[in-house]
Parts: sequence; C-alpha cells; structure tokens
Amino acid sequence: MTVPLLDLDALAARVPDGATVALPPDTSLCPVALAAALIRRGARNLHLIGVPVSGFATDLLIGAGCVARLTTSAVTLGEAGLAPRFTAAFRAGTVVIEDWTCPAVHTALQAAEKGVPFLPLRGLIGSDLVAARTDWRVIDNPFSAAPDSIVLVPALSPDVALIHAALADRAGNVWVGRRRELATIAHASKATLVTVERVVEGNLMEDERMAPGVISSLYVSAVAVAEHGAWPLGLLDLYGPDQAAIESYARAARTEEGFRAWLATNLPLTARSADVASAAA
Amino acid sequence: MSAVTTEERLIAAIADLITAPHPHPVRHAAVGAASPIPAHAVLLARHRGADIRLSLLQKRVGNPFTEGTRELFDLAGQGRIDLFFLGGVQIDGSANINLLGTGSPPGSAARLPGNFGAPFMYLTVPRTILFREEHSPRVLVPKVDYVSAPGVSPPGVFRRGHAQALVTGRCVFAFDPVRARFTLAALHPGETRASVRSATGFDYDEPAEVPLTRAPSEDDLAALRGPIRAALEDTYPAFCARVFGAKAA
Repeated sequence: MTVPLLDLDALAARVPDGATVALPPDTSLCPVALAAALIRRGARNLHLIGVPVSGFATDLLIGAGCVARLTTSAVTLGEAGLAPRFTAAFRAGTVVIEDWTCPAVHTALQAAEKGVPFLPLRGLIGSDLVAARTDWRVIDNPFSAAPDSIVLVPALSPDVALIHAALADRAGNVWVGRRRELATIAHASKATLVTVERVVEGNLMEDERMAPGVISSLYVSAVAVAEHGAWPLGLLDLYGPDQAAIESYARAARTEEGFRAWLATNLPLTARSADVASAAA
Repeated sequence: MSAVTTEERLIAAIADLITAPHPHPVRHAAVGAASPIPAHAVLLARHRGADIRLSLLQKRVGNPFTEGTRELFDLAGQGRIDLFFLGGVQIDGSANINLLGTGSPPGSAARLPGNFGAPFMYLTVPRTILFREEHSPRVLVPKVDYVSAPGVSPPGVFRRGHAQALVTGRCVFAFDPVRARFTLAALHPGETRASVRSATGFDYDEPAEVPLTRAPSEDDLAALRGPIRAALEDTYPAFCARVFGAKAA
C-alpha cells in the first residue's frame, strides 16, 4: 500500500473531529505546523493524549477551541512556565482533564502495540491518581507468594498519532533518529500522520545506518512536507527551540486576546479560524 | 574568589547528601529539566570523587537515551536508577508530595502542570532527595491537598526506598520512613531554629544541637564555576548565566 505525500492542509483534513490524537512532548518531534493546520481547518472535540506530557502544540489547540478532552501527565512550556491556555481552560472547565503519570501513558501504548488488553506497572499505589482512574485496576500479583499489589493499565490505541520527523523517503518511511519512543506511538495508533522537514531519495529502511531510527511505512498513513514544522520548538540537532518566541507566546497567551494576536502574528495562516473560533464561543 | 551564592550553597548541601553514607550508594542519578541545582550537585559529588553516572533527561544533543523518557521509566522500574530528585507545590510532614495543584478539588486554588513521573519514580527509585527552594507555610503544609506520590507505603506495596532528605532555601530536613517524620538536620546561614519553625507548616523533630549547613569549599567553587558549569551550560543556559555570571569569552 503506497503512502500518499500530501500538502499540509490535506494531511490535517485526515484528522476527524472527535478523534483521539496522540502528540509527542515539546522535546521530541512535536508537530507544531500540523497543529496550526488543524486550527486552520477548525478541528473540534479532539481528545488529545500527551505522550507522556503536553506542551506548546497542546496549548495552541486548546486555545483555538479544538480540544474537548486531554489525557496527560503534565502540561508545561518548560522554562517559559505554565501553559496559559491550558490553565485558563482548566479554570473555566471547558476541557475535561484526565491526569495520568508518564510511565502509565507509555505502558498503555505498549499494551496496544503488543495487542494485549492491559499491562502491569510498578509504583503509583498510594497516589490519589489511582483512585481517580476508575478504568485502572489494582490486583494482587498472581506470581508472588507474599502479598504484592500492582496496578494494571488498560491498553490505549489512539485514533491517530501526529509526528514531525526530520526525513521521509518516497515509500513513506520516516526517520525520527534517536527518538525511537515515537515508534511506540505509531505502533499503538490506528493511523499515523507525519510532517517532515524534507523528502529524500532512496529507501531509508534499506540504509543500514539510518534504519534503526526509522518508523517503517507499515505504520505511516500519510506524509506532508512542513519545513521548520516544529517551530518554535526544536527538532533533534537540526534546530534548537526558539526560546524568545516561546516566551513571547507564554506572556501573550495569558489572555484570550493576546493568544489570538500572537497566532495572527506568528502563525498567520491560523488567524482566520481562530477568529471563527472566538466568534463561535 | 567571589562570594558564595545561595545556589552554590544548596548545590554543596545536596552534594553532601549524595555522598553521605547510605545503605544504597548512588551509581546512577537521573535529573530532569527543572532541576539545575540537583544536576550541579551530582556533578559536584562526582568532582569530589564519587563514581556516579548522570543522565540528563533534557539534554538536546547527546541525550543519554535512545528511547526518550520511556527508557528512563523502564530503567527506574528495573532499579537501575539509584537517585532521583522530586519537588512539589506542596510537601507535607509525612513526605507526601503534590505536583498537581492546590485547593479542593485539587487545582481549584492553583493548577500546576501535573504529576509527571513522580507517582512511579518515588516508589521505584531507592533514593529520592526532595528539593524545593521556597520554604514557607504554603509549600510545607501539614497535609497535601493531593497526593501525587506518597512519602511512605504500607506493607505489601512494592517500594525500593524513600526520601532521604528535604532540602529547602532555609534548611535540610532528614526523613525517617519508619516514623514518617522529618527531623531538622542543618540550618543554612542566617536561619535559626525559630525562623525555620515559623516558616514550616508541618510538625517535625529538632535535636538539641542543629549544625550549620556546610559551605562549599574553595575547590568546590572552582569546580562549579569552571568545568561543571561548562558541562551543564547547554542544558541549563539561563540558570548558569544567572548564578555564575556571563561566560568568559
């Protein structure tokens, strides 16, 4: 099955309203340009999953009114501080927040990639988190002679994973470098949509030096080119985060008006639908 | 050499805790994005002769892992990380920590980022040093509004270790997991038993004699301001510039 090479908006159109959408954290190939394209198309009622935490792209999507539910272990802009639109949405109660913990997110995806209904995970017992997660179970380890409580986390299979990778080839193999945890997200998700800095000739899976950092086209649904598609976040060693831009966002987005102004100036293509969103609100 | 900064004192105090005699020696410490002081402390302990591997989770180029934080949690799950640092918006007298938010329901007064990996790391890593620079009754509370991770666990719950100590901007508390209680262990310069007591919202024990926190030596300071700063500058640029001043051209 061939993997289509689409333009960015056509890629964003493949994320249906109401979909469960897995996003990597700010430090690990987060697809900001694709998030902006989702805002542009006016995506609604998304259930975002931070793998394992959420940051800039999630705050943008929340601010633009695209998100109904968020499953995550934390939401932060790192050195730039708290995520302002997340904080506002929490206060207003406009987004349902499911608080998790990082290793539980990884474990739930690992269960899905193995095709098993759940996996056990150490720790967690005694945290208020466990009581709030009524879909989890605490059992007595059946392999232990002594009492040994352990948490079971159900498998989590997102409808779609969104990734911004460095490279793709024309077969739809994508190179994520050392960020091989991204493969788990792709393996666990029903579809994976990828933006890349550029498309290269040749087949990455047949390159013995590149292949260890590749997500095979088997898991990839469609690819689009988005140069600097992680901006203002960084991408591997290709470019670092634009800290000044992230900090300007963190300041501006403390208010709804400031958020919209920042989008209009910095991601201008998103401004139209952000206006639509605020008119609808 | 210029005057010792508050941060350098905290770094030296944490380095002392890392190298203090302990049933579980530190061979591998992991440090996250929000922890420049602990990262410097691990490297200072190494400078003083401890053989410790430091995994800087947020290192952008030359990161210690090839499977991101999933690899970190798998390592911790196996017991292959000996020391981790945790903080919180609230810490209580039983060493329960809250990273999620304050008020009832939690987050209604102040919403913080979330639990991160704390509910897992606090139980799977044998040694935790709690660190929170703000030492006030709103942070050090009698009971946290939300337990991100518990300070102690009942029998039958898997747990490799507990908080070794809590380091704040005013003092060092040692933690006794059997009694689930802190004891004042050292006072930073300018603090008294009374000043710490009035700034602490939870009850704790106090020995008859409380020593001053040991200051960093001249050799410590030279290492911190030279090779250790150079090693951590890329990961914590804002912190290094603020604490150690502009980099020499």
